[in-house]
Amino acid sequence: MWDYSDKVKEHFFSPRNAGALEGANGVGDVGSISCGDALRLMLKVDPESEVIQDASFQTFGCGSAIASSSALTEIIKGKTLDEALKVSNQDIADYLDGLPPEKMHCSVMGREALQAAVANYRGEVWSDDHEEGALVCKCFAVDAVLIEDTIRANKLTTVEEVTNYTKAGGSCAACHEGIEEILIKVLAETGVAFDPTATPAAVEVAPAQMNTLQRIRRIEQVIQAVRPQLQRDHGDIELVDVDGKTVYVNMIGACSGCQMESLTLNGIQQKLMEELGEFIRVVPTRAGSLTRAMGN
Amino acid sequence: METIYLDNNATTRVDPLVVDAMLPYFTEQFGNPSSLHSFGNRVGLALKKARMQVQALLGAAHDTEVIFTSCGTESDSTAILSALRAQPERREIITTVVEHPAILALCEHLEKEGYVIHRLKVDGKGRLDLDEYRGLLSERVAIVSVMWANNETGTYFPVKEMAELAHTAGVMFHTDAVQAVGKIPLELADSKIDMLSASGHKLHAPKGIGVLYLRRGSRFRPLLRGGHQERGRRAGTENSAAIVALGQAAEMALASMEHENTEVRRLRDKLEAGVLAQVSHAFVTGDPDNRLPNTANIAFEYIEGEAILLLLNKFGIAASSGSACTSGSLEPSHVMRAMGIPYTAAHGTVRFSLSRYTTEAEIDRVIEVVPQVVAQLRKLSPYWNDLGPVADPQQAFAPVYA
Repeated sequence: MWDYSDKVKEHFFSPRNAGALEGANGVGDVGSISCGDALRLMLKVDPESEVIQDASFQTFGCGSAIASSSALTEIIKGKTLDEALKVSNQDIADYLDGLPPEKMHCSVMGREALQAAVANYRGEVWSDDHEEGALVCKCFAVDAVLIEDTIRANKLTTVEEVTNYTKAGGSCAACHEGIEEILIKVLAETGVAFDPTATPAAVEVAPAQMNTLQRIRRIEQVIQAVRPQLQRDHGDIELVDVDGKTVYVNMIGACSGCQMESLTLNGIQQKLMEELGEFIRVVPTRAGSLTRAMGN
Repeated sequence: METIYLDNNATTRVDPLVVDAMLPYFTEQFGNPSSLHSFGNRVGLALKKARMQVQALLGAAHDTEVIFTSCGTESDSTAILSALRAQPERREIITTVVEHPAILALCEHLEKEGYVIHRLKVDGKGRLDLDEYRGLLSERVAIVSVMWANNETGTYFPVKEMAELAHTAGVMFHTDAVQAVGKIPLELADSKIDMLSASGHKLHAPKGIGVLYLRRGSRFRPLLRGGHQERGRRAGTENSAAIVALGQAAEMALASMEHENTEVRRLRDKLEAGVLAQVSHAFVTGDPDNRLPNTANIAFEYIEGEAILLLLNKFGIAASSGSACTSGSLEPSHVMRAMGIPYTAAHGTVRFSLSRYTTEAEIDRVIEVVPQVVAQLRKLSPYWNDLGPVADPQQAFAPVYA
């Protein structure tokens, strides 16, 4: 069974704003019946102020799809359409204290339902360019279609390059065989044979305009941003060093040795990768691990 | 809260008597059965007894036809790879679209290596077309591998008849009987089945022990080479405690075969009838007249299986589903898709699999809970009104692919 947060379970067992909405003037139907998740989002928008006065949903889907739908309606009620459109899928996941990687698409579906409903209210046609393939990398929720497209667009030839561009394969490595198979297939289209010994092209994936100082400052900002959240739980984090793609941090107080430590670090790693546009590994420093070992 | 376990096709509880039988083999009976001294000899005798207990359950002609392995998957791989290695000139395999991943994933892998895989299709009730099968048998085929009973629907395939046809055509026949062993009489001695896979944890023995039945005289190439264990057909020091446990479990399964096919069947039928009487737009999948006595697979239309399981779990009821979400894949169960079950029903399939420990009170409770759970989720479904499905459901809700 999935490792759902208490918030996900709570929203699944007692969903908010479920059912048809009387007088809805914006409706978005998105999802894929073949994948087993689909959602209808209904909005009641005040034409004067464009404030979402009420929202409700109907969902055909799993526990996290229902919880994501419920969370979405709670988040957007009272917001103007423009404010609501700024809600990202990560916001929905954060509202639920996170979703398992395989389930992140539920939050994506919520965001897309919102876009579709707003487009419907405004009399626009919303079309979706998002194509989903079989999930290859379960650690970072990267699917086959994205990997194929990225290989083609950037002429990638090695697993390491695929990891740098898409994050796929950057954690547990269980999908490296799958990534190799995709590389073999895509490279064959251009008559190239996959060479497992090839060295990755020296590509700087991080935006070129960022120098080392800017990059470290950016990393510091991300770390600073998560501190208040950790401090609330009587913990803290500090940046120790940055060595290439590895960011060393020190987990302090309640965070050190916390059972959720790896979850916290994964979250920070994810945020850093999004912020810097490159693969980053967050490693707790030895000092932290030592305290942990002695604490136990 | 009392918990109700109805997921016995996934795994079973180890019978307390089975645990009792195996425990001494972790402690005082620690010898290596290959050793000459008394420590080893006693364990060797225990393995001999276990082999005969399994032989009796399978209805095999000889105890030496029983090879102990680590699991059903190992038995499947051993059988198919052995047939390919023993007959390198034969490059084709016949199987079905609804096999367990232990067969399907292996065949997919072999396909990449250049073997030709014929996958027999099934109809809406999960039945094979034997004419299609007859047409594929040839001297190019190394092995036929067809499951005895499907793990999701319980539907039987006519493996004995298919083995006769293969035998006549000079083709080896293997069956993955992991779900059937212990539930129905097999009488392998009277069949033309060459190889059969079984797994301990499906019949109240522990996990980590499997069986490959290998008909005497069949050509064979071992998967694991090394010592002379299992007469050189499966090297590696025997998992003696688990083998003894499987022997005990086999004897008990044989003794309760009658119960399985009367009482367990009656409870299963009661469960289905009780649920379907209260829940509309739900149906039994597979071939209801020709299936395992313990399995009920019910499709609940317009709702999704993982959500059903989560709510059932809240009531202490454990079952499983063919929905994509429970397996982490994008597609619902390949078995449901192969039978042409529409997506709106395939994602909502729930498998209840009983055992000889299932009680009448448990079934009554499930019959009481399931309709509530289904109603609760249908209230959230875009395909459902207050009273029933919306008119023309596929038209009324046609989401944009996201």
